Amino acid sequence: MSKAILYDATLCIGCKLCEQACATRNGLPYDDKIAAEEELSAHKLTAVLSRDGAFMRKLCMNCADPTCASVCPVGAFQKTAEGPVVYDSSRCIGCRYCMFACPFQVPTYQWDERFPIVRKCDMCSDRVAAGKVSACAEACPTGATKFGEYNDVVDEAGQRLRDNPGKYVDKIYGLSEVGGTSVLMISAVSFDRFGFHTPQEPLPLLTWRVLRHVPDVVILGSVLLGGVWWITHRREEVALAEAMRKESQP
Amino acid sequence: MTAVRRLLNLTLWQWVFLLLTLGAMYATYLRVVYGLGGVTNLNDHFPWGIWIGFDILCGVGLAAGGFTLVALVHIFNIERYRPILRAAILTSFLGYLLVILALLFDLGRPFRIWHAMVMWNPRSVMFEVAWCVMLYTTVLALEFSPVLFERLGWQKPLRWIHFISVPLVIAGVLLSTLHQSSLGTLYLIVPHKLYPLWYTPMLPVFFFVSAVAAGLAMTIFESWHSSRAFHRQLELPLLASMGRVLAVLLTFYLTTRFLDLSRRGVLPLLRENRTETWLFGLEILLMLVPAVLLFRRRIRLNPTALYACAVMVVLGFVTHRLNVSVTGIEAASGTHYVPRWTEIVLTLWFISLGFAIFRLVAKYLPIFEAEPAPAMDSFAPPLPVHVK
Repeated sequence: MSKAILYDATLCIGCKLCEQACATRNGLPYDDKIAAEEELSAHKLTAVLSRDGAFMRKLCMNCADPTCASVCPVGAFQKTAEGPVVYDSSRCIGCRYCMFACPFQVPTYQWDERFPIVRKCDMCSDRVAAGKVSACAEACPTGATKFGEYNDVVDEAGQRLRDNPGKYVDKIYGLSEVGGTSVLMISAVSFDRFGFHTPQEPLPLLTWRVLRHVPDVVILGSVLLGGVWWITHRREEVALAEAMRKESQP
Repeated sequence: MTAVRRLLNLTLWQWVFLLLTLGAMYATYLRVVYGLGGVTNLNDHFPWGIWIGFDILCGVGLAAGGFTLVALVHIFNIERYRPILRAAILTSFLGYLLVILALLFDLGRPFRIWHAMVMWNPRSVMFEVAWCVMLYTTVLALEFSPVLFERLGWQKPLRWIHFISVPLVIAGVLLSTLHQSSLGTLYLIVPHKLYPLWYTPMLPVFFFVSAVAAGLAMTIFESWHSSRAFHRQLELPLLASMGRVLAVLLTFYLTTRFLDLSRRGVLPLLRENRTETWLFGLEILLMLVPAVLLFRRRIRLNPTALYACAVMVVLGFVTHRLNVSVTGIEAASGTHYVPRWTEIVLTLWFISLGFAIFRLVAKYLPIFEAEPAPAMDSFAPPLPVHVK
């Protein structure tokens, strides 16, 4: 069954234990300096943001219809049945279209490496496959980050919104953004405040609407161009034959 | 000693090329040793710079002259354009080779460029672009090969190329059409990033139409320079007739651009005093002025004015591509990107390399086939009459 992460910003105390657990799981260094960075990078796959005393987590949303998976020319990204969007670095050619296209600006690059790869949170796909919860959810001391079945997570988020009228902004972020994501967030502070502006429709549709016409263009184009070629050259042939005929019978 | 004297005898442009080559060699060293972070000002918020925005997007567009003229001569059978056909094909061929070279610098792992051939993702625009570049470069190599075979006097391969010429030409036109438009499709995925003056579902169409216009302008540009460099007579009536096509094309392009802007209701944005507005204005002006001028016969038949119009179209085209790929993205990505010197030097070097190779090829191979080639090389045998 499909899994999901629920992040309730009102329960978050900004302890950043999720960041530390994430770094450990991904074999990345973690110290005070890195903890102070409030943005994703190749060495920080999740970040706790704070604005006026309110917190918000940034991590890969693991979209239902991931933009990264659709744009990658070599199919390095894949949405798994359990929810995580995984990245296969052995395929990656480094075109960085995933970074350019991601509506959440999540994939990051190893800019200073000679043989760089893209880094992003993959919802702890190996742990999930083994039936465990994500490292960040396991580390969270307050239950702000929870891990569970997608349907249960959606129900719980809705329940919390209904049970506490006025406490939360009326939105489950990730329920409908770009067609839905495997990370869902609720918060007392507007998501705009953290720079989360996201289109509602799944982005891959935008390019697919054009791309699916490629076979039509090829077929119609060949017929059309071939036809034009035939007509223009046939005209020449006819003119030549006419001239020859006139010459032979003076 | 002679070497030193020869070095001092270099012309200004040869000096420029030499210096750019030295700079490019150093930049290449930095690129290999320090990675992309060492030579570009790109970052996680701004992953595509001028190597994509100029070298790839503009390079491919400016190479559109080849397929446009091939279509006119071979498919529509308009014979009078034949004298400039080979030069246009050469321009396109070099353009594509340079695009691939630039791509090797920009890709994080360039030695895996072949992955797109075996690891497919047909939903990806980039996948389509990769295949189009690959196939169309092959087509261009084949379309250009007769020039080489003629020079070498190889009759058999010449016959083979002639035998497959019709499907080859049709494939070339189709691949170009797909490729030029799909570069626009690339940007359809970022409605949240690209400024509304440029983001439109019509991007593929605009990229295609403006590429055809830029291709024609480049053909005029390149004929003008060749005529000066090789002391040949300018094919003025021919270029003037292309100027007229260009005027019609530009008018169509500008009209549809504004219809699209008004349909999407973003025209009020033009009242805002922002960088985007001014750059949009510049881009439109650089297309509008030549569009108006080229409708006048007097302008078209004046070589200098015609050349100036072609340059404006090329600049307008470049501004549009940079607006879509760099300027229009900046505001939403929250960063200000200024290319590093290494990015600029390598880009300039790619351009200069194109000019240098064109000159070299035009000197030793029968590019200007319509008139008997002047004896540029005393060892050159008399050129055969060209069948194709």
